[in-house]
Amino acid sequence: MLTYTLRRLLTAIPTLLLISLVIFLLVDLAPGSPLSEIPLTVPPEVREKMMKALGADQPVMVRYVLWLKQFFWVEPQYLIDGWFGTDFAQGAQRIISWQSKVPAFQIIGERLPQTLTVVGTAYLVGILIALPIGIYSAYRQYSWFDQAGTFFAMAGFSVPTFFTGNVLIMIFAVKLGWFPTIYDTQLRVTDWASFYKMIMQMALPVTVLALFNAAEISRYTRSSVLENLNQDYVRTARAKGMGERTVLLKHVLRNSLIPVVTVIALGMPTVFGGAIVTENIFKINGIGAALIGAIHVSDLPLIQTITFIFAVLIVLFNLIADILYGILDPRIRYD
Amino acid sequence: MADLAAPVLDVRGLKTVFHTRAGEVHAVNSVSFSLRPGEVLGVVGESGSGKSVTMMSLLGLLPSPPADVRGGQVLLGGRDLLKISPKELQSVRGAKVGFVFQDPMTSLNPVFSVGNQIMEPLRKHMGMTKAQAADRAVELLELVGIPDARRRLKSYPHQFSGGMRQRVMIAIALACDPDVLIADEPTTALDVTIQAQILELVKDLRQKLGMAIIWITHDLGVIAAIADRVMVMYGGQVAEHAPVKELFARPQHPYTRALLRTIPSISGERAARLQVIEGQPPILTAEPASCPFRARCIHSLDRCAQENPARHAVDGKPLGTGHDVACFWSPELMTEGEDA
Repeated sequence: MLTYTLRRLLTAIPTLLLISLVIFLLVDLAPGSPLSEIPLTVPPEVREKMMKALGADQPVMVRYVLWLKQFFWVEPQYLIDGWFGTDFAQGAQRIISWQSKVPAFQIIGERLPQTLTVVGTAYLVGILIALPIGIYSAYRQYSWFDQAGTFFAMAGFSVPTFFTGNVLIMIFAVKLGWFPTIYDTQLRVTDWASFYKMIMQMALPVTVLALFNAAEISRYTRSSVLENLNQDYVRTARAKGMGERTVLLKHVLRNSLIPVVTVIALGMPTVFGGAIVTENIFKINGIGAALIGAIHVSDLPLIQTITFIFAVLIVLFNLIADILYGILDPRIRYD
Repeated sequence: MADLAAPVLDVRGLKTVFHTRAGEVHAVNSVSFSLRPGEVLGVVGESGSGKSVTMMSLLGLLPSPPADVRGGQVLLGGRDLLKISPKELQSVRGAKVGFVFQDPMTSLNPVFSVGNQIMEPLRKHMGMTKAQAADRAVELLELVGIPDARRRLKSYPHQFSGGMRQRVMIAIALACDPDVLIADEPTTALDVTIQAQILELVKDLRQKLGMAIIWITHDLGVIAAIADRVMVMYGGQVAEHAPVKELFARPQHPYTRALLRTIPSISGERAARLQVIEGQPPILTAEPASCPFRARCIHSLDRCAQENPARHAVDGKPLGTGHDVACFWSPELMTEGEDA
């Protein structure tokens, strides 16, 4: 398993390099200039100087290689320096956002916690709702519970988050006034009162995202459990005199979870993508909002860095899914 | 000797119906039989004759819905298994009655070790600790002829061959020393040499442990090798029932006789054309009012279309102890020159 993991990590390197190149070229192809926000009254010579100062006048390959060096060599050094107070980086040039002129990783470091709190909680809540619903729906197939579950899953899955988000804001924040409409990123949890405030402001975005995730995962769980309920080994377990709880929660569940775990793990990075919309609706200053903002102003280094981090997450969770798969299913051994 | 002992399992008038979209299917109709200690009862019939459904009905192993065990009694140790609570039934399954199924490739749970699966009933029914159950599991694996048993406990089903898996299934079924072992076509999915090994193993275990066995098969050769008594099933009811030698020597029911003719002969100079029974077993959408075998029967009489023959003794012994048959026709009616 360890050699397998190491091998997978090594083979991930060329994959990621290729992804980074493709992203870089695509982003570069996109129309727009980093100076599009600069007033038109600024004379061309000044614009040229500004482009030069940003390094945006360099050929795309030069900029790409420079970015590679900064991402894989300089930034880790700053990271280590930040942790241990060392000075490996020695003031080397970091990846700088063209728009705000601060290091891209500083922006990401500020934005990521907001995203992780909301999206992470939402995903967790989604899974915790989805698994029992999926299992019970399958166990009582075609019961009223299953029918209701199917209806909500279909609704949750087919209605996009930007719609449910706005509907919830309309009802619960505007009309009823139970929850705030805007997410306060400055809020720090220090006591019960601020904790309560945090819960209140997280409630709506977490609900929207959790519903969406739960809809998908509960469907997968249901069909996977259904498929396993009719297997011969379930009959064997019953013939051994095992109780229905043991049959369902041990024999059936362990087998059913194999595909579900893959779906959950592979869904992790896409949740970050899906959260971009939700973050914008609820005005959460997260990583998704940062990406959208960067795209609006053609902030190439920031777009490139955030998108590439998403790519890394996808590759990473792919690997995690495969490893979990091997742990759950003894028939799969990677050595 | 065995005939005198009280039966361990006594089934009377068992009736199972499936609810399907096309209506009810009467899969088991008034099946009665008994099983005495240490005896092997062979149950024969084609696919769809109700053999497996009968045995699954005994222990409530059929999914319900669609299955509905509608009537009858299943007496085991003085209790009617059709009347007791689901909890009590669980304490019978795997403890008093062991089950071995047809396909060992799918009957074991692929994600749990073999040891885990053998220890499960031990811990539940016998209240054993993990260590005790592990010791007993090793004992059981040795009993069914799996070498290096202690190490094999940690193996997973996919690391065993088909025959070995069926041995594991037998070990699970025998774990709690059941009074009755129900083997539902346990050798059908195995190749012939492995079949023979499993047959030998079960014969041997029966000698050692003395449990009664119900052996479901469609292979009359297997029946001849292992059974004391045979019950031939057709259309969800018992067609004929007799001690094994008696059945092979004096088959009464046209269906039994037809089945016996389908056994290919290896003697003789030239291989004769393989005999078959034309047609399909019926799908019974209602309780049969006439003989279910009538349409395929070469001897059918007018009366067969008017009523469903009841079982009657051929040798004068009480029903279920000697030779009985559910047929209006009898070999004595056979005219000169008529085929077999």
